[in-house]
Amino acid sequence: MSKSSLKQTLKDLDTKKISIRELNQDYLKRVKENENLNIFIHFSEENVLKQIDNLENDNSAKKLKGIPIAIKDLFCTKSMPTTAASKILENFNPTYESFVTQKLLDEGSIFVGKTNLDEFAMGSATNTSFFGNTINPLSKENEPLAPGGSSGGSAAAVAADLCLGATGTDTGGSIRQPASFCGVVGIKPTYGLCSRWGIAAFASSLDQAGIFSHNVEDASILLQSIAGFDQRDSTSAKVDIPNYFENLDDDLNGKTVGIPKEYSIDGTPMEISQIWEDAIKVLEKKGVKIKNISLPHTKYALPTYYIIAPAEASSNLARYDGVKYGFRSEEIDSLDEMYENTRAQGFGREVKRRILIGTYVLSAGYYDAYYLKAQKVRKLIADDFNKAFKECDFIVTPTAPSAAFPLNEKQNDPIKMYLNDVFTVPASLAGLPGISIPFGKDKNNLPLGIQILGKHFDEQQVFNAAVSLERSYE
Amino acid sequence: MKIDKNTINKIARLSRIKLDDKESEDYIKDLNSILDWVEQLNEVNTENVEPLSNISSSILPKREDISNDTNSSEEILENAPDKLEGFFAVPKVVE
Repeated sequence: MSKSSLKQTLKDLDTKKISIRELNQDYLKRVKENENLNIFIHFSEENVLKQIDNLENDNSAKKLKGIPIAIKDLFCTKSMPTTAASKILENFNPTYESFVTQKLLDEGSIFVGKTNLDEFAMGSATNTSFFGNTINPLSKENEPLAPGGSSGGSAAAVAADLCLGATGTDTGGSIRQPASFCGVVGIKPTYGLCSRWGIAAFASSLDQAGIFSHNVEDASILLQSIAGFDQRDSTSAKVDIPNYFENLDDDLNGKTVGIPKEYSIDGTPMEISQIWEDAIKVLEKKGVKIKNISLPHTKYALPTYYIIAPAEASSNLARYDGVKYGFRSEEIDSLDEMYENTRAQGFGREVKRRILIGTYVLSAGYYDAYYLKAQKVRKLIADDFNKAFKECDFIVTPTAPSAAFPLNEKQNDPIKMYLNDVFTVPASLAGLPGISIPFGKDKNNLPLGIQILGKHFDEQQVFNAAVSLERSYE
Repeated sequence: MKIDKNTINKIARLSRIKLDDKESEDYIKDLNSILDWVEQLNEVNTENVEPLSNISSSILPKREDISNDTNSSEEILENAPDKLEGFFAVPKVVE
């Protein structure tokens, strides 16, 4: 069965070609058939059926009425538990709804379930989850592949056609890299476009919500639905949200694309350099001017990120103390013992590693040498992009330095794992919007992704370039 | 080596995470290799560069000064591992 698009499904529902119940029962069936992939941390058929009942009794017009959406288990939801894939939140039932999921509920979408992720979104393979690995639906038998991460469950849910769209969060590449690994579209909008309210915080100066979908048109519809100002997030932006879908324009004639030379990295597989060249050729044929640009501080983006993100994480994760919610250790002879045992038993290895490194770089005597230094380099990285965008309308690069790799392959060496984000982290540090679209395959027939970056709040240009490349590839 | 046994114990204590000996050894190795790797930032001249702490290009908006009551204490306590008469309960801290 070929995957239906969100756009087509909305039409089919509108013309009564299919009912909300029939549609969602199809998806429920596939969710149950694919349980072995471990895509969902929380799934309850009863809950989905209840949502269908409610919508059938609701006569109001809603933009996403009846559309099945999967939610990364980092978004607080009232109707389902929220774990952040951590033991420390194993039994957490939020008493409030995140901004993004509330918007989706208001539009009438149906939540299929809560998807798996790296614990607190810290990872690039969905293999640090307390609830086990998610398996990439594109895996061949006997050779399970990683779906990427941290939003691996959401990317896999779209790839396995268990929903028509999914939410994700992206701190250093957690939407774009899994989208590339699973052969789906993933967009991380500009920092501040979607409220972070109700999303378990990882690194607050970088965290941003976004969307996975089957194609660019669907992503443009869904992003509009979750964007918007929210006074409960002090970094939420007061900007007008255009109708990205209505405004989609694949005519790029006269535009300029920036090609950053620093993204040609030694050791990048030939196939990835090849799809990058292919994408540039396609754009050239469409009348786009090719501009070679330089982002000279690119090589410092990863070490900068791996100071700033753990530093902020060590502060954000201080709230998990066994007092207010979540897991509490049984060994609690004193208050300090309770804290130390709760956090020792409640957090996994990667999360502890990042809390420890973050605590170190913020500690007395080291703050200037590490954290302040990283913030200064971050400024230089952001300035590189500002300069580059004076000469081009958007930037095109590969999304990830490899296709999906076998599960557990890169687990032992943290730095090797961090290199997965080499092409995605710089834009995260600069707060820029970025999309990954499937573009070509490697020799094992696994999908590869092309990343398009735009100026702050210029998601429209990112979508236009993406839809243009997508249509030329199909 | 930047991180030794004493340093890891100090950081673990500041982080309120109890580590066993095996974990301490592993994290000493991991943290040293990460710190060696981030050392390359020292190649970058950052003299007179302002640290970037907020990437958002929008200006922090002010909200109306009106009170609202969105969470009841009952809701706040709903997920508490231990509670007593409307308060969070923790192990005894004073003798």
